[in-house]
Amino acid sequence: MELITPGLGLIFWMTLAFLFLIYILGKFAWKPILQSLKERETSIHEALNAANQAREEMKQLRAGNEELLQEAKNDRDAILNEARKIKDKIIEEARLKAGEEAARIVASAKESINNEKMAAMTELKNQIAESSLTLARFILQRELSDPKRQEEYVRELLKEIKFN
Amino acid sequence: MVFLVILANTGSGKQAWSQDHSMLIPSRDSISNPPAKEKGEGKFNAGDMIMEHVVDNHEWHVAEIGSLELTIPLPVILLYKGQLYCFSSNRFHNETHSYQGFRLGNEGSGKGKIVHMESGINNISEPKVYDFSITKTVLAIFISSFLLMLIFISVANAYKRNKNQAPKGLQSLVEPLIIFIRDDIAKSSIGEKHYEKFMPYLLTVFFFIFFNNLFGLIPFFPGGANVTGNITVTLVMAVFTFILTTMHGNKHYWVDIVNTPGVPWWLKFPIPLMPVVEIIGIITKPFVLMVRLFANITAGHIIVLGFVSLIFIFGAISTALGLGVSVVSVAFMLFMNLLELLVAFIQAYVFTLLSALYFGLALLEPQHH
Repeated sequence: MELITPGLGLIFWMTLAFLFLIYILGKFAWKPILQSLKERETSIHEALNAANQAREEMKQLRAGNEELLQEAKNDRDAILNEARKIKDKIIEEARLKAGEEAARIVASAKESINNEKMAAMTELKNQIAESSLTLARFILQRELSDPKRQEEYVRELLKEIKFN
Repeated sequence: MVFLVILANTGSGKQAWSQDHSMLIPSRDSISNPPAKEKGEGKFNAGDMIMEHVVDNHEWHVAEIGSLELTIPLPVILLYKGQLYCFSSNRFHNETHSYQGFRLGNEGSGKGKIVHMESGINNISEPKVYDFSITKTVLAIFISSFLLMLIFISVANAYKRNKNQAPKGLQSLVEPLIIFIRDDIAKSSIGEKHYEKFMPYLLTVFFFIFFNNLFGLIPFFPGGANVTGNITVTLVMAVFTFILTTMHGNKHYWVDIVNTPGVPWWLKFPIPLMPVVEIIGIITKPFVLMVRLFANITAGHIIVLGFVSLIFIFGAISTALGLGVSVVSVAFMLFMNLLELLVAFIQAYVFTLLSALYFGLALLEPQHH
């Protein structure tokens, strides 16, 4: 057999065997292998993508949560502020009202005191008038019997009135 | 080869050497020509021995222990004058090396060639004998093809069994290679669009070459045949690549060959110089593929066999010298074998890569300037 001369028989058998090998391997080996490699790659790719997406979603969710929390905090602060304001207002109003009430009470008290005073004064005046009348009657009853003494008494009385 | 050398090393003295030495004498000579064996006992022809191991053969010489020959006779299938002849190559083992009028060439340029007695060895004008024998290389191709099918179909089944799972066992051994061929050879050379079409061919070529390269390095029976170092085998594969390239060549590919762009018109017009060069190029590409693989693998085998021969050449001068040289020879052979392991992969890779590149060239879309 020659080293560098291709042999006819070997060409025949090699072609036959090689075609057969390509056919059999192509059909029963390479096709399923390449297909499953591809499938596996796509599934890995998809899994990675899904994981990435989930991570992204988680991040967004977390961001959303934070936002929500911040919002809630802001709301709380706003509510608290308002409540404080309302409280202040109420207190202020109450204070004003109380002041007014007090003033009103004081005023009415003054009025009633005044009234009472006036009543008392009137009564006093009346009593004084009555007493003076009674006194006068007594005096008149007693002194009128003696004109001199009457005169003297009147004079005395007048002196007293002057001092008054 | 290593196996034979180890045997040679264990022997001591002249007798042991001559015994071992006879192992390496081509079996056909030793059996069919007993007187020659006795005569040639002291003579060792390294060239013959190496050629014997590198080229194809009608029988598979496994081993020779003492006078016991272990040879697998292979079927001879001949087509002569429109008639089919089928017999075992054992039939040639007689005084005349002939059977049914056919003669197996024994020496010189006709060695291993089957001719009809009527025509004589050197006269080829007579009706040709078409030799379709199952030779050593053919049998080795069958064995390796069978093993490749066994391996890859079982791997394919493993893929079917555990879908979308991490590879296991044999699967994880071949998967990186398959992915390497797909991504780094096919996809990068042919392109995403067309690569899938060529994957079965590229994968088959790669694993066929790689597997046979490795098998060729094994010195024992199922291995040892120089399949990828046989020019016929590489020729067939190169022709496959050529046919696929030509079949898939698009308009752009052919236009570029007939009317090569970027070349002065006077190289194309009165005398179509560039088209001729391009057409030669089409043929050269597969030719180079064929020669590269053949030469690399055969050279590796020849070097390893050369180191073996050195032992016997020096051994013939003096036994001690032979033993001394054997140490160096074995060391070099080990080195060569390791190198050949690398070459086995590289050559398979190169053949596949170049095939893919040629397919890619044939399918290249015209660039828009």
